[in-house]
Amino acid sequence: MSINRRDFVKTTAVAAAATAVGMTIPKSLLASAPGIPEGGWRWDKSVCRFCGTGCGIMLATKDGKIVAVKGDPAAPVNRGLNCIKGYFNAKIMYGADRLKQPLMRLDANGNFSKNGKFKPVSWKVAYDEMEKQMRRSLDELGPTGIAVFGSGQYTVQEGYAMAKLMKAGFRSNNLDPNARHCMASAVVGFIQTFGIDEPAGCYDDIELTDTVVTWGANMAEMHPILWSRVTDRKLSDPDRVKIINLSTYTNRCSDLADIEIIFKPHTDLAIWNYIAREIVYNNPESMDQDFIDKYMQFATGFVDTGYGMRKPDHNGFTDLERQTVKKEVSKKISKEEAVTLGYLGYKEGDTLEMKHRASANGHWAITFEEFKKGLEPYTLNFVAGLAKGDHEEDLASFRVKLKLLASLYMEQNRKVVSFWTMGMNQHTRGVWVNEQAYMVHFLLGKQAKPGNGAFSLTGQPSACGTAREVGTFSHRLPADMVVANPKHREVSEKLWKLPAGTLNPKVGTHIMKIFRDLEDEKIKFAWVNVCNPFMGTANANHWLKTARKMDNFIVVSDSYPGVSAKVADLVLPVAMIYEKWGAYGNAERRTQHWKQQVVPVGNAMPDLWQYIEISKRFKLKDVWGAKDIPGLEGGLPDVLGKAREMGYDPEDTLYDVLFANEDAKSYAWPDPIGEGFSNTEAAGDGRKIIGTNDEEWEGYGFFIHKYLWEEYRTFGEGKAHDYADFDTYHKVRGLKWPVVDGKETQWRFNSKYDPYARKEDTGEFAFYGKALKSILQGDLKGPIPSKGKKDLTNRAKIFFRPYMDPPEMPDAAFPLWLCTGRVLEHWHSGTMTMRVPELYRAVPEALCYMHPDDASEYNVAQGDLIWIDSRRGKVKAHVETRGRNRMPKGMIYVPWFDEKVLINKVCLDATDPQSKQTDFKKCTVKIYKA
Amino acid sequence: MADELQNNSRRDALKTLFQGIGVLSLGGSLWGSAAIKLKASELTLRPPGALEEEDFVKACLRCGTCVEACPYDTLKLATLDDHTAMGTPFFEARLVPCYMCPDVPCVPVCPSGALDVKVIAKQVDGHNTDEPDIRRAKMGIAVVDQETCLAYWGIQCDVCYRACPLMDEAITLEYKRNERTGKHAFLEPVVHADICTGCGLCEHACVTEKAAIFVLPREIATGKVGEHYIKGWDKADEERLINIKKAKTKESAPEDVLNDWEHLLDDE
Repeated sequence: MSINRRDFVKTTAVAAAATAVGMTIPKSLLASAPGIPEGGWRWDKSVCRFCGTGCGIMLATKDGKIVAVKGDPAAPVNRGLNCIKGYFNAKIMYGADRLKQPLMRLDANGNFSKNGKFKPVSWKVAYDEMEKQMRRSLDELGPTGIAVFGSGQYTVQEGYAMAKLMKAGFRSNNLDPNARHCMASAVVGFIQTFGIDEPAGCYDDIELTDTVVTWGANMAEMHPILWSRVTDRKLSDPDRVKIINLSTYTNRCSDLADIEIIFKPHTDLAIWNYIAREIVYNNPESMDQDFIDKYMQFATGFVDTGYGMRKPDHNGFTDLERQTVKKEVSKKISKEEAVTLGYLGYKEGDTLEMKHRASANGHWAITFEEFKKGLEPYTLNFVAGLAKGDHEEDLASFRVKLKLLASLYMEQNRKVVSFWTMGMNQHTRGVWVNEQAYMVHFLLGKQAKPGNGAFSLTGQPSACGTAREVGTFSHRLPADMVVANPKHREVSEKLWKLPAGTLNPKVGTHIMKIFRDLEDEKIKFAWVNVCNPFMGTANANHWLKTARKMDNFIVVSDSYPGVSAKVADLVLPVAMIYEKWGAYGNAERRTQHWKQQVVPVGNAMPDLWQYIEISKRFKLKDVWGAKDIPGLEGGLPDVLGKAREMGYDPEDTLYDVLFANEDAKSYAWPDPIGEGFSNTEAAGDGRKIIGTNDEEWEGYGFFIHKYLWEEYRTFGEGKAHDYADFDTYHKVRGLKWPVVDGKETQWRFNSKYDPYARKEDTGEFAFYGKALKSILQGDLKGPIPSKGKKDLTNRAKIFFRPYMDPPEMPDAAFPLWLCTGRVLEHWHSGTMTMRVPELYRAVPEALCYMHPDDASEYNVAQGDLIWIDSRRGKVKAHVETRGRNRMPKGMIYVPWFDEKVLINKVCLDATDPQSKQTDFKKCTVKIYKA
Repeated sequence: MADELQNNSRRDALKTLFQGIGVLSLGGSLWGSAAIKLKASELTLRPPGALEEEDFVKACLRCGTCVEACPYDTLKLATLDDHTAMGTPFFEARLVPCYMCPDVPCVPVCPSGALDVKVIAKQVDGHNTDEPDIRRAKMGIAVVDQETCLAYWGIQCDVCYRACPLMDEAITLEYKRNERTGKHAFLEPVVHADICTGCGLCEHACVTEKAAIFVLPREIATGKVGEHYIKGWDKADEERLINIKKAKTKESAPEDVLNDWEHLLDDE
């Protein structure tokens, strides 16, 4: 589909809608419609492969190859612009070492051997071995013996197909995405606070707000196009618009910011409470009392919840590791915690036993008076002393900044947007700090309104669209449903046409635990999809060794040979984004679809095809009989009888039932929407690939992508997760769900904009999310069951959450904080961007950023090669005392994109105990010359 | 081979420059397209602490000690093909830039004084010390071709800005509204000639096919204003008066001028 006149009119209509809420009309869109070039190339719309911003792009293809890219002028997010990664979308697919053939470790006789060398094999040989290894694990360990590393970079259809295959087919909930590392804390924050996932607002908030506060979000590098919108907003009214950058080090956002607040790691918890204390104690008139009374409920939860680590008696730990891991079961109350946990009666030096590790999510309703009592210790003096993160700044100036921050939030008629990303999500109290953001915005009534709101940004292109909305997590089902809820299983079983009782009610293993279970040989088959978890997971030495030395079989589907592929047993070459049909959902709930632009390279095949091909090798009788599940009394029932009643035959394959059923076949290919485009899965392609059965691949014969989309969207229909039909998305530049009567929703929960809120008829707002809306009541110390439960229909929660220390803090042996993250030029583990010569040249290696005083203190100099050494492992990197990240004394920063500086060997695999998201932002290290 | 290509591309860059195609920014000011005749050697980037080009070439012993001292293999000795005095040290930023080592190992080792610590002497309270300060190096100046610089298109690039070892000093970002989109901003890199050392890390990092930011020797990349006019809005500009020489005047008798009137009348 090229831009024709009609599409153009449609997109300008969307822009006109934006104008109605106070945005300027871009000049380019006022000009006449762009012409269609006639040079033997075809332009078609797609989306950027990289971050969660969701920029629209146009791709030019000629002779079956992507030859050029441009920003899509009609895309509302970026209006024809890109960042420097997006600029290189056309080049990511043609790196020299692109995987083009299945590769397996073989012995001298050509048989699989764990110790063999990678050799090319046919798709059939690869799938024969894969099936054999899956069966071995399933036979030995049951459904929990296999696992899939999913991704926030799955297309919607891929994620949906894998979720269906694992949950409905293999009855295993061991599917968890790398998005767990990325926004799980945000998700739990949303579910506990709103009862439904994902942001209330949208990117239009940027143009409509007066104040942008970034909390642990280096948007200048990680969401550059959004940052250019923030910059434009600042320029549009420099005196009125204020930008405040809160970070543990000086990053590029500070360049634009009016105020930079450098805080000590983890003390964001205290700063949010300081703001809330200012509101509640010193400026109660700033509270939106009516909003609070009508739509809010105060709440709190347990603090003795551990840090998501294993217990210290695990035999895999070294003594050094145990020094930190022991805090999983108990810790000494620090001087600061004596103040902040004083409400529970703790004093400095007391032991805090972690009694609620297993019930970390528990929370209960409290009164406003109790909430207020909890905030009491967070005075300006206490918080400034605790939180000041830059030794060069004096306390008085830091105090002034905190006061200013609070007053900007409180100022009447000042609109405020708080943005955050990994700083608040990758946090051992990440859920708490997410909830604190809503706490402040709710107290002031500055949420779910145009230009006002706490806004969680996402990192990955479809962390929202796939990982969250489809639910490729170990506990989720599509449309915010969860496996543990019998009603949700029932709904899903009906939509998937499964016998009742098929779905496994026991929550599966989250991504960190998949690794731990591989090490403990509780999982023996793992499949890596669209990610590079062996490079991207903290405490990597354990997992790299596990892959190579323990009894398991690791399959990696990837486009380039990254770290995960290197430690795998079987590597499957995948089609890259523009070599397949797909859809992504960005951070503002915008779903965007694209068409297959070109045929994949070599013998590479789409991920979707790879997942569906394995489903042909398992029959219902293999998977739907009675199954043992550790920790699930009685195990999974035999549902084959019911299956027969539904017309299924035990000899049917999972392919027949899940993917090639009558519904699926009703979506014919060719389809007018795909005219002139390839569809490798539906019809094969000119390469005539020899498939997994040694026969020429001719396609499924139906439009699998359309079928999967249409089936998937039935899950959310009528449940505030509505999407448009497949064809519509191929005509527009994405739509923000819920899409009701063909219209997208800009601000959820606000009756003026959200039909679902209007329907509740509760006035201006309705926080209609359904999850966790009936909770116990209690006081700050705990729930009081005798008080009974409270119904919170159409209300959201304002949580009180205290400050606590992180599990690892600098000491004499490991005196420096280590923070990790990304750089603008590279995407995640660099498998794609490090292969773009220009991006490689721009940033060829990961550097260790540090303060010059630290360099001299540890006797290292600019450019020196040093060891960065923690209780878990060490890597070498070059010192950078200048450059993009200016560190305060006592903290170093190392990005993780560089395989040669595998910084995750050093990082601690502690997680938020509720969200299970790893804290990549803080652990402790020592440094010395290499 | 690679070196040769590099030289070619540098020459190409200059050719483009002097054809006056691009508008070039330099510390926010415009760089004219004066057709200066250049000798190839004038385009050579020298190590930090080098004397003025003419003096440098005279003093340099062609011993290669500085080249050996460079930990990044930035410096190399010119061969016949390099279009500069044979055997003298130079570098090509697009290939290997100067990484601005704080201890500047290439300079103190120079036996001839062609590279002189005094040129880049660290200053304490306005007085030179014996220590080198790489920030005072003046190897060249980075120049931005705004026509091909992606940031000037509105692309969020700024790779050069982040690559700059003196980020936010030698290169800053200038923010401008992008009226074409109506809601984004340009973040344009601007080089500050007084801070830029000419290390070339920006040129090296630039992602365009041929670098849109590149380092030229200072003599070539800078203009010069007369001494007689001081910026009224910049107190510091008065410092230019400190070294001002007594204005040289050429005197002629006014009566001679007056008596030269006859040419005012047209010939009959």
